[in-house]
Amino acid sequence: MSPADSNQANDLLCPEAPIQRTQYPYVTGTSVVAIKYKDGILMVADLGGSYGSTLRYKSVERIKSIGKHSLLGASGEISDFQELLRNLDELILYDNMWDDGNALGPKEIHSYLTRVMYNRRNKFNPLWNSLVLGGVKNGQKYLGTVNMIGVTFEDDHVTTGFGNHLARPILRDEWHENLTFEEGVKLLEKCMRVLLYRDRSAVNKLQIAKITEEGVTISQPYSLKTFWNYSAFENPTSGAEGSW
Amino acid sequence: MFRNQYDTDVTTWSPAGRLFQVEYAMEAVKQGSAAIGLRSKTHVVLACVNKANSELSSHQKKIFKVDDHIGVAISGLTADGRVLSRYMRSECINYSYTYESPLPVGRLVVQLADKAQVCTQRSWKRPYGVGLLVGGLDESGAHLYYNCPSGNYFEYQAFAIGSRSQAAKTYLERRFENFKDSSRDELIKDALIATRETLQGEKLTSSICTIAILGVGEPFHILDRETVQKLIDEFEIVKDDDVPVADQDVAPEQGDSAAPEPAAGTDTPDQGVAPMDI
Repeated sequence: MSPADSNQANDLLCPEAPIQRTQYPYVTGTSVVAIKYKDGILMVADLGGSYGSTLRYKSVERIKSIGKHSLLGASGEISDFQELLRNLDELILYDNMWDDGNALGPKEIHSYLTRVMYNRRNKFNPLWNSLVLGGVKNGQKYLGTVNMIGVTFEDDHVTTGFGNHLARPILRDEWHENLTFEEGVKLLEKCMRVLLYRDRSAVNKLQIAKITEEGVTISQPYSLKTFWNYSAFENPTSGAEGSW
Repeated sequence: MFRNQYDTDVTTWSPAGRLFQVEYAMEAVKQGSAAIGLRSKTHVVLACVNKANSELSSHQKKIFKVDDHIGVAISGLTADGRVLSRYMRSECINYSYTYESPLPVGRLVVQLADKAQVCTQRSWKRPYGVGLLVGGLDESGAHLYYNCPSGNYFEYQAFAIGSRSQAAKTYLERRFENFKDSSRDELIKDALIATRETLQGEKLTSSICTIAILGVGEPFHILDRETVQKLIDEFEIVKDDDVPVADQDVAPEQGDSAAPEPAAGTDTPDQGVAPMDI
């Protein structure tokens, strides 16, 4: 080994070293589920933060309000979400400073997020998140999502991560436009219970957030009632014997 | 050689507290041919007088589309006006790229005014020599703003700038209270009459004016020559029927183009008004 090679540790400090990108996330949050209901948007997410597959943190709030009209939920890398929140805070502050009665609505924030996410992926340095943006402005309900590569869409109900596989089918069956608040919460809790049972990163501590024309309310963290004694749970591999 | 010793630099104050270069720039706005703007709750109409530089040349364009929801009419240095229109277009397009929604008119106007203000405070710059009537529509309705070289901006119900604009202003001042609930066609008609006021007896034809409109359900567009001519013909006919009904002080001004304009416009010239008041 030549003396030059032994300086490998210094390579990170020397300008010729290749630029390092986030290749994978470190601390992650799991699914977010959100629906439109009669008066606005309901959104739910648990408070788990996984370090790889270790359930490392249990009070990570992943739903935040953005200005007066929007609600943002995130799964994926928690630190990237925090960076995004700082950006948005500045954006909202700047918007308020015009003091002219105009304010960015959910549609505008969603579009902005899409631009940020796609721009970062074009730098091959994505923000490792799937985001859900919901809001109400001028009587218009808005619900959309963006992911880490900038793919975006709007729908009456959206989910991220495992929710796409476990919650979305339930929502397709049971969602309708005139859900009351109580019905909406019940439907979201049903989704979260299924996710809790089947998603190993989910924890039984969650927050539900509501946004209507009146404003944002984010609930205190609470737990769902669970029942683990289903026969299928007792010996999960009995019906599918593997090689071990 | 110099008008006075304090006007060689934009940033130099006179002992009386004036910035002469800025005032000269304000004067440049008055040299240009007239531009007029008026609005209702839902629509804004911009109009301008087209003046050719010489017999052999065509006239310069004085009304520009900025975006579907914003347009400007300018008076003064047309070249500066085009630079500022380009800036406004690019601000609008960047905003709608980022937010997928139209830039609020008031914000664009503030940005434009800030841009103009910077020029009054840098020794190596000169003020823009152009006044802009910015018409636009946003969530809060239709708006009309006037931006001037000094960096000031004002919101108006109706306004006119440029040479002989006082005549148009006099007309607009008499009528503006009705504009709020005007239909789009009434607004265009008033724009045409106000434009005619600035012509001092010259006959109003579609070749001498440009009319543009924007409003709810109607993106900004400049009316084509035929349409404008049709409207002129239309209201010149209506005018005769109107005379008995219309208030008396309007009647004399609606006299044939052969009869020169009454003194209304000329007896209140712009002179004596401190330019910074605008």
